[in-house]
Amino acid sequence: MRKAFVPLLGAAGFIFLTAPIIIARAPFESTMGLVQKIFYFHMPPAMLMLLSAIFCGLVSGAYLVTRRPVLDWTAYAAAELTVLYGSIALVTGPLWARKAWGVWWQWDARLTMSLLMWMIFVAYLLLRRYGGNGSETLAAGLALFGMATSPFVYLSVNLWRTVHPLTSVVPTLPVDFAFPLWYAFTGFLLMYLALMTLRVTLERQRAALDQLFLESDE
Amino acid sequence: MTFDFHELSIRDLSRNFGRRRALSHVSLDCNAGEIVGLLGPNGAGKSTLLAIVSTLAAPSSGNVFYGRQTATQIGAMLRSKIGVLSHDLHLYSDLTARENLIFFGRLYGVPDAESRASAALDRSLLAERGGDLVSGFSRGMRQRLALERALLHEPRLLLLDEPFTGLDDASTVSLIERLKELRSAGCIILLATHDLDTAEEVLDKAIVLRDGRFVGSEADVRGLRKRYQDRLRAAAATT
Amino acid sequence: MTAFWRVVWIVVRKDLAIEARSRELLNTTVFFALSCVIIFAVSFVREKPLGDAAAGILWVAIAFAGTLALGRTFERERYADTLRALLLAPSERPAIYVGKLIGILSLLAATEIVLVPLVALLFQAGLFSHPLLMGALLIFGTIGFASVGTLFAAMLARARSRDVLLPILLYPVTIPVMIAGVKGTSALLDATPQLQMAGMWILLLVCFDVVFLTLSLWTFDPLMTE
Repeated sequence: MRKAFVPLLGAAGFIFLTAPIIIARAPFESTMGLVQKIFYFHMPPAMLMLLSAIFCGLVSGAYLVTRRPVLDWTAYAAAELTVLYGSIALVTGPLWARKAWGVWWQWDARLTMSLLMWMIFVAYLLLRRYGGNGSETLAAGLALFGMATSPFVYLSVNLWRTVHPLTSVVPTLPVDFAFPLWYAFTGFLLMYLALMTLRVTLERQRAALDQLFLESDE
Repeated sequence: MTFDFHELSIRDLSRNFGRRRALSHVSLDCNAGEIVGLLGPNGAGKSTLLAIVSTLAAPSSGNVFYGRQTATQIGAMLRSKIGVLSHDLHLYSDLTARENLIFFGRLYGVPDAESRASAALDRSLLAERGGDLVSGFSRGMRQRLALERALLHEPRLLLLDEPFTGLDDASTVSLIERLKELRSAGCIILLATHDLDTAEEVLDKAIVLRDGRFVGSEADVRGLRKRYQDRLRAAAATT
Repeated sequence: MTAFWRVVWIVVRKDLAIEARSRELLNTTVFFALSCVIIFAVSFVREKPLGDAAAGILWVAIAFAGTLALGRTFERERYADTLRALLLAPSERPAIYVGKLIGILSLLAATEIVLVPLVALLFQAGLFSHPLLMGALLIFGTIGFASVGTLFAAMLARARSRDVLLPILLYPVTIPVMIAGVKGTSALLDATPQLQMAGMWILLLVCFDVVFLTLSLWTFDPLMTE
């Protein structure tokens, strides 16, 4: 897995270097102008954050059943990346929304669910850091419950909003925007995979080091 | 269908917390009708070993066989055959002595919890204090009560962590007699202790742990204290 | 199956027996909930009481009181490490979870019996106008909160920093319960009561309860093994 890191990093790097050109070439959106282009840095992290959260939940569930260490390392890496990508999305989002629609934040279903996911995985990191021994198992439980609650958050805010609907809504994209968006998405995805391999390798080496340390004591 | 076993086999048991070794490749065999000692300084891994054998903790590697099967193979039924006297005593201070015994008796599905509780109170010389809250008991009294609690369901395997702590001479003698009775009845008894003089009187064999590692076994427990201290000094000298 | 419920009942009886003696948890939890509401009343009530405030305040008070009760319940099981003694019993371990859950629910029910009239009074909110729907919201909402809370409190019982970690873990996961509870109560308190809306919130809570009770029962044993 560690061998994949350099090619992934290379591919991601290439995409990020060339992305500005492609984004600049993308058509201007009629009402928002240049500001809209932050969208290419907002939506991929936002989508990947949610996917990463689900991935972490599933891997954590598998860890609780099988107790294989590699699943624990992967879950930890996925949680960190969820928080990282979530932070990017939660910063770029309000910046765009402020310019585009005049509000920093809105309690609609998608935003609320994303914020909650981010908070749950920050709690995951706090638990792993400060929970003491055995916190891998506890964190796995949290990730599983966090993943399970996300559809309920979405549904509950949706239901709330049927009574008090919001005035602004994220627009659907015309075709011209699709290519730069998926280009940027691929870049972020490759970066996610690169960082994941790096992080899991780090944990694997940490575990190997612990093992050597223990064996040297024999 | 009840489950029972007559041997306890600990095979290559290890437990690590990151870099901290709690147990390292410990193996031990115990048979019914034996009292086996776990000796070693603080932090040697005795409590961890007992936690794994009692099914509260899982090992990092290695296995514990109850008869021929592991805990996962046997299931929850295994715990009806294990009695634990832990360092923390596991007694509810807000309940009376009798209530504690009846609660645990019922929890373990003991058929006549009330009468067994009364018998247990008599045996531990706590009959007059049966209706008093445990919060008012001394350490020694709680220890005696906790031992009765561990034995209410007539377990096959008895695990004791520092059982002689806080006991006066009379209680110590009575505990030793009790353990010998249980041994004759075919119990497997695993006992972790510091109190080597007392241990000499009751152990059949012992293993010595240090830093989670097995450093020696004692098939003959006479003169235990001196040999044990010599062994520890030797181990300290080589590190 | 009956063995499972027998153990549940034994655990519940034991907790009730302890509680009946000192009533410590009951008194402190109820009084804490009262203090919460008083603070909110001082902060939020103007000449006219704020319409929607009652719903939010009621559920926040339940959440805070619930967290306190959960922490204290498992703190009690830490004294002589009796939680481990329960786990050593030959029963299925989820029976311990259910027994503890019922204890927490009883405690929260007693708290809510005091809390709801008080909030209705201080905020002049018509919480009793639709007692069945309000009762259903309270029952299913409390079950949702307590089911996740009991599991988290149990699994954190031996962890470091457990006092602060419990709310950090519990509140985000139980946000749907809070939203449903508050919005459902608001629907009932509205000028034109939205009974159907309240019904939908109750349905959401029931689904949440089913999912999370199941998940808790499945994960209790692996999470409690050290």
